[in-house]
Amino acid sequence: MTAAVLQMPSQTPLASPARPLLEVEGLAKRYGGLVAVKSIGFSVKPGEILGLIGPNGSGKSTVMKLIMGLERPNAGSVRLDGTEIAGWPSHRVARAGIGIVFQHSRPLHRQTVLENIKLALLPDNLLRLFADPGVETRARAIAERVGLGAVTERRPSTLPFADLRRMELAKAIARDPKVVLVDEPFAGLTSGEVADFSQLIWGFRDEGKAVLLVDHNVKSVAALVDRVFAMYLGERVAEGSAAEVMRNETVRRVYLGGSIETAARPQSAFSGEPLLKIENLDVLYGKAQALRGVGLHVHEGEFVSVVGLNGAGKTTLFNAISGLVAHSGSIAFAGEPLSRRTPASIARGGIVQVPESRELFGEMSVRENLDLGGQHLPKAESARQLAWLFELFPILKSRGGQMARTLSGGEQQMLTIARALMMKPRLLILDEPTLGLAPVILEQLSKALERLRQTTPITVLLGEQNVTFALPHADRVYVLEHARIVWEGSPDRFAAEAGTGYL
Amino acid sequence: MLRKIVTNPLFWLTLVGLALASVLPLWVSGYILGLLTVAYYFGVFSMAWDLLFGFAGEVNFGPTFLIGLGAYTAGILNGHGVSIPLCLAAGAAAAVIGGLVLALPALRVRGPYFGLTTVVAVLILQNLIVVFAETTGGEIGLTVPDVISIDAATNYWIALGFMAVSGLILYAIAVSPVGLILQASGQDPVEAGALGFNVAKHKLAAFCVSAFFSGLAGALLVFYMGTASVGTLVDVSVGVQVIIGAVLGGRRTIVGGVLGAVFLIAAGELLRPLGALSTFVVSAAALAVILFVPAGLLGILTRQGQRA
Repeated sequence: MTAAVLQMPSQTPLASPARPLLEVEGLAKRYGGLVAVKSIGFSVKPGEILGLIGPNGSGKSTVMKLIMGLERPNAGSVRLDGTEIAGWPSHRVARAGIGIVFQHSRPLHRQTVLENIKLALLPDNLLRLFADPGVETRARAIAERVGLGAVTERRPSTLPFADLRRMELAKAIARDPKVVLVDEPFAGLTSGEVADFSQLIWGFRDEGKAVLLVDHNVKSVAALVDRVFAMYLGERVAEGSAAEVMRNETVRRVYLGGSIETAARPQSAFSGEPLLKIENLDVLYGKAQALRGVGLHVHEGEFVSVVGLNGAGKTTLFNAISGLVAHSGSIAFAGEPLSRRTPASIARGGIVQVPESRELFGEMSVRENLDLGGQHLPKAESARQLAWLFELFPILKSRGGQMARTLSGGEQQMLTIARALMMKPRLLILDEPTLGLAPVILEQLSKALERLRQTTPITVLLGEQNVTFALPHADRVYVLEHARIVWEGSPDRFAAEAGTGYL
Repeated sequence: MLRKIVTNPLFWLTLVGLALASVLPLWVSGYILGLLTVAYYFGVFSMAWDLLFGFAGEVNFGPTFLIGLGAYTAGILNGHGVSIPLCLAAGAAAAVIGGLVLALPALRVRGPYFGLTTVVAVLILQNLIVVFAETTGGEIGLTVPDVISIDAATNYWIALGFMAVSGLILYAIAVSPVGLILQASGQDPVEAGALGFNVAKHKLAAFCVSAFFSGLAGALLVFYMGTASVGTLVDVSVGVQVIIGAVLGGRRTIVGGVLGAVFLIAAGELLRPLGALSTFVVSAAALAVILFVPAGLLGILTRQGQRA
């Protein structure tokens, strides 16, 4: 900063700090009973990069959507350069000067890269049947700037993943916004590409734009941001420089948990062939490698946790096991390969997955949801199973006649698990059961899992990014990072050996 | 821009096709001309429908709602002594207004509900026509006093010219910046909004354009046939034929709709000796093309054109 002033003596030093370009105050959003965002406030100045950080379900993406006008806030204000824009539809917000770089988008597949960029340069005008001649030149210049100069005439479907992200960045640049929102800037990129993208994002800052990066952990954006705002369960937990936020006690507790009591049983306690054995599993989503050479095994009766951040590949791993995504490599269950079996036959074979998205039948009652899970059981057995489940989750008994969608998030999660247990699985797969749940609910859920582990011989494979929840029950832990298994061990060794990546 | 047009195989195909079609009255019988005249109007229906489906991404299951509004408005007014040009204008206007009334609320609902709303609109129109039989002719049909011409060749050329102009305008819209925005709105409305485009406004405009051409073509068809009836213009099965024509010809091509419509009507006629079986054969052929050549008839043709 000082150096810059010395080089340009004509420039007068700023007398007062620049007025914030983006000011958010008291922002709140509820979805039914779930409070996703509670009174969030921050501001971003011109030429500043703010990192908005929080674990899955913390509400950070909702904040981004509220700013962009993709969702309407229940309360609070969003001011862009002094103008109140809260509640505006997204096309007005965009024209007022906020741009967004989506993590996933569907480009125009039948048009070239250049035409995709041109799209972003068009006015919102129905009578403009011919584009300005300047649009072509500008689109080319932008393509050069983001490093797409050589592929302007190609179709998006022929591009590698990183180039598709560049194209999204190009579209944001084309709108020349005052404020740029970037959703998970580095997801799915290699380290070389991360450096390129960092340069491009710094380019926004040098042009005096205000930049808001949304990501799930501090570490991945620490080198890029000027300041960090950390959220958890819809609330602010810390604010400051990246280093300060990483040192913050609350942040450490949210991401790593305090002192965790573990109750691991040694692997030698489980004898014989593993119930589930995965070797060399690869999954590709178009251009992006979602899983790379993953190997993992679970013994009968064992409780295994797979820990990984958002986007690490947990859900993909579970979907591969359940036969929902195409994969290469081998997955064997009880000694038999699963590769040729349909998802339905895998589920009937005893692998039941509780998906992240819960997938309850919202318009059916709690009882009907449970009965549906026990459909294939004989009546007497179904009744016995139901009685046992009501013992495990007492709250579900009192809510028996209520419609599933009217339950709170935690109750819905319990119902999903109970419905899966009605199917009497040999292997229960839980995908991020803690997503978006309040701490008090987490505790109830945690107790239920503990009882489940102690009173039944069930085998569980749990995927979590919430380390506090994943460790206490686990006998063994795998760490999944950028599509690979990078660590395996007992839960008590986790904090010392693998914990630093989870801030 | 000009070079792009000249090197486009589609341009030459269209030109050759139009040239051949325009001299056809010198060779073929009035009966075949009559069939093709109807086919050309159906081609316009299919092209107008493709603007909504292929570009705006909305499946309108009720193209006959718009067609019927145009046809019956023109027909009824003509019965009250209004001249043909005014009737045509009124028919097109009625379709646009009806389209707006339908689309304003219907575009608010997501996914399959838009399609359902459009089907219901057809059923309502069909019912109204039957209920107000005194004005509309009800199930028997409406006979209009005037026709444009009784000469088969004249009627044929009017239909051909109308189809060519409609196709040109719809195609120009589709490849213009507005068409690009429409496609973006259809594929990813969230992103289109975030790029500053009013998605609802663009879709509504597309609906109005589609309604205008559907209504005008419907009105012209009435003055060609001299009658309007629910069975030929409004019934859901007619709408299905329009949709199959568009998909068969090639989605997102606009001009493919003409090919599809001509194919359907020609095939139906050629297979007439098969009796009731002909509908089955035509449907099976259409199904096969949709399943195995998603790019449609035009997709097959242009690929060959590029190779040559």
